Amino acid sequence: MAKKMKTAAEVMLDVLYENGVRHVFGIPGGNSIPIYDALTHHPLNLILTRHEQGATHMADGYARSSGKIGVVCVTSGPGATNTLTGILTAMMDSVPMLVITGQSITPNIGLDAFQEADILGMSFPAVKHSYMISDPQDISRIIKEALHIATSGRPGPVLVDIPKDISASLIDPEIENDQDLPGFKDIPVADPVDIKKAAELMNRALRPVILAGHGVILSGAGEQLMQMAEKMNIPVTTTLLGKGGFPDTHDLSLSMPGMHGTAYANKALTGSDLIIAIGARWDDRITGVPENFCPHARKIHFDIDSVEIRKIIPVDCSVIGDAKASIEALLPHLEPGDTARWIKQINRWKRDFPLKYRKEGKLRAQHIIEELATMAGTEAIACTDVGQHQMWAAHFVKSEKGENWITSGGAGTMGFGLPSAIGAQLARPESMVYTIVGDGSFQMTLCELATAVINKLPIKILIVNNRYLGMVRQWQHMFYENRLTGVDLEGNPDFIKLASAYGMKGFRVKRSSDVRKTLKAALKWNEGPCIIEAVVEQHDNVFPMVPAGAALDEMIIEAPRRKRSGEGEDQ
Amino acid sequence: MDQSMKHTISLLVSNKPGVLTRVALVFARRGFNIDSLVVSQAQSPEFSRMNIEATGNERTLNLMLTQLNRLVDVIHAVDHASDDVIQRELALFKVNCTPDKRTSVLQIADTFRGQTVDIGDDTITLQVTGKSTKVDAFHTMMSPFGIMELVRTGKVLMSRGKESTA
Repeated sequence: MAKKMKTAAEVMLDVLYENGVRHVFGIPGGNSIPIYDALTHHPLNLILTRHEQGATHMADGYARSSGKIGVVCVTSGPGATNTLTGILTAMMDSVPMLVITGQSITPNIGLDAFQEADILGMSFPAVKHSYMISDPQDISRIIKEALHIATSGRPGPVLVDIPKDISASLIDPEIENDQDLPGFKDIPVADPVDIKKAAELMNRALRPVILAGHGVILSGAGEQLMQMAEKMNIPVTTTLLGKGGFPDTHDLSLSMPGMHGTAYANKALTGSDLIIAIGARWDDRITGVPENFCPHARKIHFDIDSVEIRKIIPVDCSVIGDAKASIEALLPHLEPGDTARWIKQINRWKRDFPLKYRKEGKLRAQHIIEELATMAGTEAIACTDVGQHQMWAAHFVKSEKGENWITSGGAGTMGFGLPSAIGAQLARPESMVYTIVGDGSFQMTLCELATAVINKLPIKILIVNNRYLGMVRQWQHMFYENRLTGVDLEGNPDFIKLASAYGMKGFRVKRSSDVRKTLKAALKWNEGPCIIEAVVEQHDNVFPMVPAGAALDEMIIEAPRRKRSGEGEDQ
Repeated sequence: MDQSMKHTISLLVSNKPGVLTRVALVFARRGFNIDSLVVSQAQSPEFSRMNIEATGNERTLNLMLTQLNRLVDVIHAVDHASDDVIQRELALFKVNCTPDKRTSVLQIADTFRGQTVDIGDDTITLQVTGKSTKVDAFHTMMSPFGIMELVRTGKVLMSRGKESTA
């Protein structure tokens, strides 16, 4: 009789806590009040955000920097729909995330009730899985299943929609329904036949290249990858999301391939006779038109998700399984071939086509990005937003660990930079966190400055301000005869005053000669977040560039020089 | 390369709300039209069986099969395009049939082992079961009389012998 009943919301928080969750990101609303009420007396920390999209990117940055799941809790209707961008971002980049949405009370569902949205239906194409809870006694089972689905195999976002009457229901916390996932497939184990075939191809290759993606980082296969690359003397190019899975600073590193990849990575791929993709999904920003992608190279594909095999690029051999386990199984079969000539050729390309920019004259984005990354060091967490600055960061931030590089790749979500840094700093309070954002992308989620301030997070926010939506301007300049439309960010705020309005420190740098001094002061600033606004050359473009639809060897390596003097080569 | 081969996919899925939408979205996203769809409870009530007919490029279809199999609510999805399985479909034909044509209509129906399920002054409704090709042939034969309405259930299938239907 004296059984202790709890609300379903309380039971849910207990399950989260028992499973290692410590932070929940979100903002409440009418239909999530029972959950927020349970948070008032719960050890879980609520990180109150200013917008639901910000909450999802914080959970995302939290997950990517720590390897733990990021949890979001929002309300119904617009609160729920505001998470969709963040859910897509997590789905495209395989990030474990749990999004809990409030919902109208059960009898009102489907009746266009206030703040009712069919978030379950809307979630279908963007989630790994989603639930609506109709029996409060199911809450423990469903949350456990959701955590399991989100984090196992290829991670991804899971949404759980909870009607208000359900979260408020009193239930017996002792009663727990059994998990019920007959269709959830176990993590595949690589077939030894495939492993042998892969080894044979690798042992015979004269000009092999490893294409390492996010899967390497997700499976913690960095060490195994290093062993393999060194044993076989094979150069490694890392995708935008695989950055850090193999150290940028290693002699065998080719950095990033693809549309804005290094010339030497693209030349290596084009000239190779074998491409070994590991946890990389042949994204179109790497392959361009699939038919033209390195047609003379044989290809091996290691992936945990069989859907990715032959989705875009036909391969000669596929190994389905966890990257780390697969490489471990592969290593004993590998016999180093003779790649010395190939490495020599690659080193020649590295010498002839380095990434470069001019440090004289007007301040360049590349300059301040490289300087910040160098001064912060490789133990710091680098986050980025999306656009030109992101590509320059990919070029000039040298990463040695995957969990220290956080960027929105697949979805290319502008507004990701600031909130993801907040999440990363909360997950790893001992690490230095900096985020590189554009003036355009920063303004999409800048309301989260408040979140950084209240939590006293010492994030360094580098705003690369060229007063343009620079990447779109670059395309309009290069491929639309410089017909600029919708890219001029006239009306930008004064970012230093904005910082001060939020009670933050702001630094502005306009001249190359001031870069070091300003960054030094900013990196020392530890009383909460600070903004470093870099007013940079407005018309700089990102090179190298492979035009859309072209093959990798048709890349434009440097800005065409119309004038001999000075900057602004596109004028 | 068969650009537009007809495929019959059978799925065993969790018997839960929303599963059909998740499955249909995989087809819709790639612009695949579903030619026919049969959904019913499987032997065990926790599961449903879906039979889907769709026409399209084999490479895309194989990709969609892996995507279907990745869905948490899908236990498995299999294409039976080249398998020898038992396939059946049921169709109802409402045909223009004045008394003077009745004999000829019934003769044809008899050849197809069709059954008369309704008869009126100038209509007759016939039920035909069998392979989809048989239903197609019956359709052709009835066309000259004037088909007023036609309803087909879509194809259901089952493996032969001891083998269990995927």
